[in-house]
Amino acid sequence: MTVAPRREDYDVVVIGAGPAGLAAAATSAEAGLTTLLLDENIGPGGQVFRAISSTPVTDRNQLGADYWVGADLVQSLRASSAEVIPRATVWSLDRNLDIAVSIGGASAFVKAKRVILATGALERPFPIPGWTLPGVMTAGAAQTMLKSSALVPDGRTVIAGQGPLLWLLAAQILRLGGRIDRILDTTERGNYLAALPHAFAFLTSPYFAKGLSMMREVKAKVQVVSGVAELAAAGDGQLASVSYVAGGRRETIPADLLLLHQGVVPNVNLAMSAGVEHRWDDLQLCWSPVLDASGNSSVAGIAIAGDGAGIGGANAAVVRGRIAARAAVDALAPAAAARLPAMATLRADLAKAERGRLFLDTLFRPAPQFRIPSGDTIVCRCEEVTAKDVLDSVAIGATGPNQLKAYRRTGMGPCQGRLCGLTVTELMAQARGKSPQEIGYYRLRAPVKPITLAELAAVPKSEADVKAVVRG
Amino acid sequence: MTKNVDAIVVGGGIHGCSTALHLCLAGLKPLLIEKDYAGRHASGVNAGGVRQLARHVPEIPLSIRSMGIWEKISDLLDDDCSFESYGQVLVAENEEELAICRARVAELNALGFTHEELIDAAELRRLVPAVAETCPGGVVSRRDGAANPAQTTTAFRRKAEQLGATVREGVAAGNIRHRDGLWHVDVGSDTYAAPVLVNAAGAWAGKIAADLGEPVPVETVAPMLMITSRVPHFIDPVVILRGRKLSFKQFKNGTVLIGGGHLARPYQDRNETVLDWKSLATSAQTVFELFPVMRSAAIVRAWAGIEAKMKDDIPVFGPSSRHKGLYHQFGFSLHGFQLGPGAGAVMAELIVNGGSQTRISDLGIDRFHPITL
Repeated sequence: MTVAPRREDYDVVVIGAGPAGLAAAATSAEAGLTTLLLDENIGPGGQVFRAISSTPVTDRNQLGADYWVGADLVQSLRASSAEVIPRATVWSLDRNLDIAVSIGGASAFVKAKRVILATGALERPFPIPGWTLPGVMTAGAAQTMLKSSALVPDGRTVIAGQGPLLWLLAAQILRLGGRIDRILDTTERGNYLAALPHAFAFLTSPYFAKGLSMMREVKAKVQVVSGVAELAAAGDGQLASVSYVAGGRRETIPADLLLLHQGVVPNVNLAMSAGVEHRWDDLQLCWSPVLDASGNSSVAGIAIAGDGAGIGGANAAVVRGRIAARAAVDALAPAAAARLPAMATLRADLAKAERGRLFLDTLFRPAPQFRIPSGDTIVCRCEEVTAKDVLDSVAIGATGPNQLKAYRRTGMGPCQGRLCGLTVTELMAQARGKSPQEIGYYRLRAPVKPITLAELAAVPKSEADVKAVVRG
Repeated sequence: MTKNVDAIVVGGGIHGCSTALHLCLAGLKPLLIEKDYAGRHASGVNAGGVRQLARHVPEIPLSIRSMGIWEKISDLLDDDCSFESYGQVLVAENEEELAICRARVAELNALGFTHEELIDAAELRRLVPAVAETCPGGVVSRRDGAANPAQTTTAFRRKAEQLGATVREGVAAGNIRHRDGLWHVDVGSDTYAAPVLVNAAGAWAGKIAADLGEPVPVETVAPMLMITSRVPHFIDPVVILRGRKLSFKQFKNGTVLIGGGHLARPYQDRNETVLDWKSLATSAQTVFELFPVMRSAAIVRAWAGIEAKMKDDIPVFGPSSRHKGLYHQFGFSLHGFQLGPGAGAVMAELIVNGGSQTRISDLGIDRFHPITL
């Protein structure tokens, strides 16, 4: 069944039903604004609370208490008047706040007075030799299978990388009876020292105690190798082994599955395609939108909340969602804003939720050799472009990612740079002795997610076209 | 301090880059100024059609001149520009359209042009097997084809620089003025002077002309294009329609480019365009009807490039009607890419020799202004 939006115009359209989007839509609707929440998954929750309404995992301990917080958010959304459409893929947003969305194979167009983007995060590319082999996947993909279908690995499994989500995934796999043979921790040793000045704030963060006990839980059951400085996957058409260097020693272990993860970065595609200005974040090593304290972007009427606004985690995402929605209410229905929590209160909540972030960002800042590949390592999977290909193009005059398209088609495949964009920017910056900010990023274009020609052909035409046909 | 060069070319599209290169070949040392980077706008993001087919008669000689250069583009640029020549086919969807095609080919033949050839349904099917059965014929220009526009513009820029052109990218040409017999142009904190100035600034050229006292009826437009996911190879030539706005090209890698001149809204000052999906839906509908094989293909990206369109749809090309040493090369009105190589060659001839064997007299700016030079 196809559920089309009930209206053509909304006060607020929220895109993405993760923590930020759920909170934003509920807040906006509670204040009486006509609110539409669009999300491409089959149920609300985003990645953090994936399948929160439908997961087959019933033992609450297995996914952890933090996961089930999502149920409360969904509850308050359902209690509000917000219109929610799942399986709705927004494929275009422009600076006039016109939105094109694909729902069940048919496209609809809606217009908003305010748009709150809550499109969350993507996993950072992890371009090591062999990362495109079958049998190598991202930790996020493994977690999706675990949450939606309770599927866990049973073959020889290696997890490599770093960051809080890596440990969370490992704990979840073990609790559900999955197999992990070894964890290869790629955290740079120097990062511990660099992060130390920020440790006090982290000690008072809610993530601290939970993170520590989770790592203990995992380390009790799995061999963990720290200080991994080199990593490669190998196999003939299928992953067969993982080799790594730690403490100056190289080791190769057989493996059926390699799960890679080195943190998440804002999912910027929709915001960038709408013309929102982004800046290079030199600590988080990614593009982040330029926002004011209420989450408003450089495009009038577009606000961004959640990890898409800069990685802050689920707790911060919820508060940022409320702040962005409150700003929308302030602008569109000031009288109703009085019923909402004061902005000052929300900002204090945000500061609390963001406590310790600097520590995590510093500690888990991925090492250059895992971000900037060399030689035959694939950079762009869609067009099979290697690091050497990129450097060769730089040598004959490609100055940035958009010029590189003319030489190598990088970023022009179906993923629109999601899997190669950061790598290309950093690789070209290094080769040209410039900063990533100077090198820039792909200009991104709608459709941000592909739609079929048949679907586009079925779109109601503009008035002029209809008239032209009528006149014959 | 003012730096002296032989010529200043404003605009790093295919036209500016080609003119700069041909000036180098004639022994001059030009300066090329591009406010963004070469090929940033229409020249780098157009459909890449290398087309003599269906052109306005006044620009056909320039187009034919250009075709000769395209066919040896590797010799000129040390880059094949991904140029391929499988012809371009204009499809008539009914007898009425075919009659118009017949008259057009007869008109061209009477003028001495033979590159367009009327074809019947059987030949159309041979060239474009996937086209709908109902189409009765059309016109083919067999030497036509397509190239990669960004690769081509970049190759012209690179070769010009190798042969001695100075290329300044990322800074706009400012404060253009004529003093003591020379054109002076500021580029950031530098000033350049030359006896010759070429206005090849695309969508920004109309303002330069107007500021120099030669306003012309020009508007800024942004024709939209979209590209599909890879589909099995099914078509070689570029296809355009007689009656509806559509151009259609399948690349070697299987992706299909769909264009035809539906317009986005340009935001020229921001280098931005906002697409009109309801118009793109019209293109999708046309492809849906004509090429059933395309129905399940995915649209992966759509975009538009900013360019200048003249009211009479033909470019402004040739010397100024008011100023010595000023030349115009803009307003190519959605069909300038194929003309780029030839236009640069002819422009260099005009500058160096004072004239060209290639007939361009109907393209001058004097069609809008009486000559006061």
